[in-house]
Amino acid sequence: MNPHRRSPFVLISTALVYFFLYAPIIVLIIFAFNSSRTNVLFGGFITKYGPLQMDGSTVTQSPCGQFHWFCELAKNSEVKTATKNTLTIAIISTLTSTIIGTLAALALQRYNFRLKSFSQVSLYIPIVIPEIVMGIGILVLFSQLFSFLNNSLSLAGDARLTMGLSTVILAHIAFSIPFVTLIVQARLQGLDRFVEEAAMDLGANELITFWRVTLPSIMPGVLSGALLAFTLSLDDFVITFFTTGPGASTLPIYVYGLLRRIITPQVNALSTVWVLVVFTVVLVSQRIQNRGT
Amino acid sequence: MLKRFRENKATQGTLLISPTLIFMIGLLLIPLLLTLVISFGRRAPDGTVIYDFSFDNYIRLSGIRTECANGAAVCFDPIYAEILTRSLTLAFNTTVIAILLAYPLSYFIARAPAKKRNTYLFLILVPMWTNFVIRVYAWMMLLRTQGVINSVLGWLTGLVGLSFTPLEILYTPSAVLVGMVYEFLPFMILPLYTSLEKIDLSLYEAAADLGANRIRTFLRVTLPLSMPGIVAGTILVFVPVMGTFIVSDLLGGRQIVLVGNLIQNQFLIARDPTFGSTASLVLMSLTLIVTYFYTRKFGFGEEIISA
Repeated sequence: MNPHRRSPFVLISTALVYFFLYAPIIVLIIFAFNSSRTNVLFGGFITKYGPLQMDGSTVTQSPCGQFHWFCELAKNSEVKTATKNTLTIAIISTLTSTIIGTLAALALQRYNFRLKSFSQVSLYIPIVIPEIVMGIGILVLFSQLFSFLNNSLSLAGDARLTMGLSTVILAHIAFSIPFVTLIVQARLQGLDRFVEEAAMDLGANELITFWRVTLPSIMPGVLSGALLAFTLSLDDFVITFFTTGPGASTLPIYVYGLLRRIITPQVNALSTVWVLVVFTVVLVSQRIQNRGT
Repeated sequence: MLKRFRENKATQGTLLISPTLIFMIGLLLIPLLLTLVISFGRRAPDGTVIYDFSFDNYIRLSGIRTECANGAAVCFDPIYAEILTRSLTLAFNTTVIAILLAYPLSYFIARAPAKKRNTYLFLILVPMWTNFVIRVYAWMMLLRTQGVINSVLGWLTGLVGLSFTPLEILYTPSAVLVGMVYEFLPFMILPLYTSLEKIDLSLYEAAADLGANRIRTFLRVTLPLSMPGIVAGTILVFVPVMGTFIVSDLLGGRQIVLVGNLIQNQFLIARDPTFGSTASLVLMSLTLIVTYFYTRKFGFGEEIISA
């Protein structure tokens, strides 16, 4: 039926592109089990009872066996702080942007009001401008606002307003809202209005109708919007980079800092954990989407 | 009162949209306006902004100089023009390579049995959502002089008994190009898949019945119908490549300066937010112009949100 389907050209190029996508990730994971500390060359896998090469000299085996670099990672206090920050930012911004974005989707899909087309257009802007432009804009806003407030209120020392977790959270909420809104809007479009009208005819008021009929039927959209917001927040580098401050670094920012200094297989261990987390999140989100359709 | 509110749909709508509007105005539109205001300002010696209305930053970016080495009144300094052309060329090349790599793969997924499609898509999403910085790091490991690619090549040439000099790939323009393609390829694959998947298979039967061969069917049926996907993918690849600074920073070793690097540098190292804002606005205008003409020519589909 379909002339191209079994074309060897398509098959071979597909295989090659998948290889291109996965080879770097597999190399990352293999090097997380590297027995050489410098991580430039692969010193062989850490064997369960084998020795580790540390800066040329050989030291005794690691108590964690093959998972030496994962243990080192778990002990690293900078990684702990960065993980805590990353999760705090992701959880708060996901919850907030999901609620705000869902309300916006309802407004845009079900109501007519004065600023409707303006709102719809403004939601597309973050998607079509480079991330750095938005990051720079927020940096300029907060730095000008904070220096104005610090000077006019003559704040000093610890009382001075600086960039930090809260500015990052606000920025993440701002860039997540459009994605949540667009996803929930798409879901609302496909929703049969008759069900809602039937509920109203049967005597349910707007609130009960929303709670018992509308919300359950758009829930898959809301959940995948929330998952996307969560992933976007975990993954974000550029906007976080420009809106963060001392003590508020996230995992991507921490890794970027490391890459410009010395790299040990700890970074690979961290990457391996990251790939596993992504694997799980994507699996869960696909499940949600399939249940929804 | 409550009854009146219940019946006033416009008020309800405004109430529902207002938190979003507060964020969009406060953290998107006002920041962009402030960037515009600051781009006309001047830098104070301590790195703060003096509000002013001068076009100095724009003139500086255009490369027109009044202080010239050879004593001429006006001369041209190509440094920023070079950065812009370099970024545009890189974004263009990355997009073209991404289309070429993504097309067969997206086609394969779109024509796979429905049950298997999710698995194939899943395999695209995992690298796509693996952190950007981590993926750049993977390429640093692969491309280094003593890295994985050179080790493998050395081993292979050793097998056939040839001598091998390691390739110097890291910190070259090719490294940046490979890194960009790798980072943004999934953003081409997904919209392309969405548009290819929508094509009605009976069109192929019709084409075959009318005697079209494979190439003709591809050119007359598949390609035109997948244009919305190509357009959406191009925007999703071209725009971020123009503004990314990590790939060129880590794989280009700071010798390859793109617009993103220029902006980052002005804010964090040169400490001139006014010139950085100017560069940021020029970048935004460039990408909006490209997006506008491109979508006006080819249309703007729902594929853009598929990624």
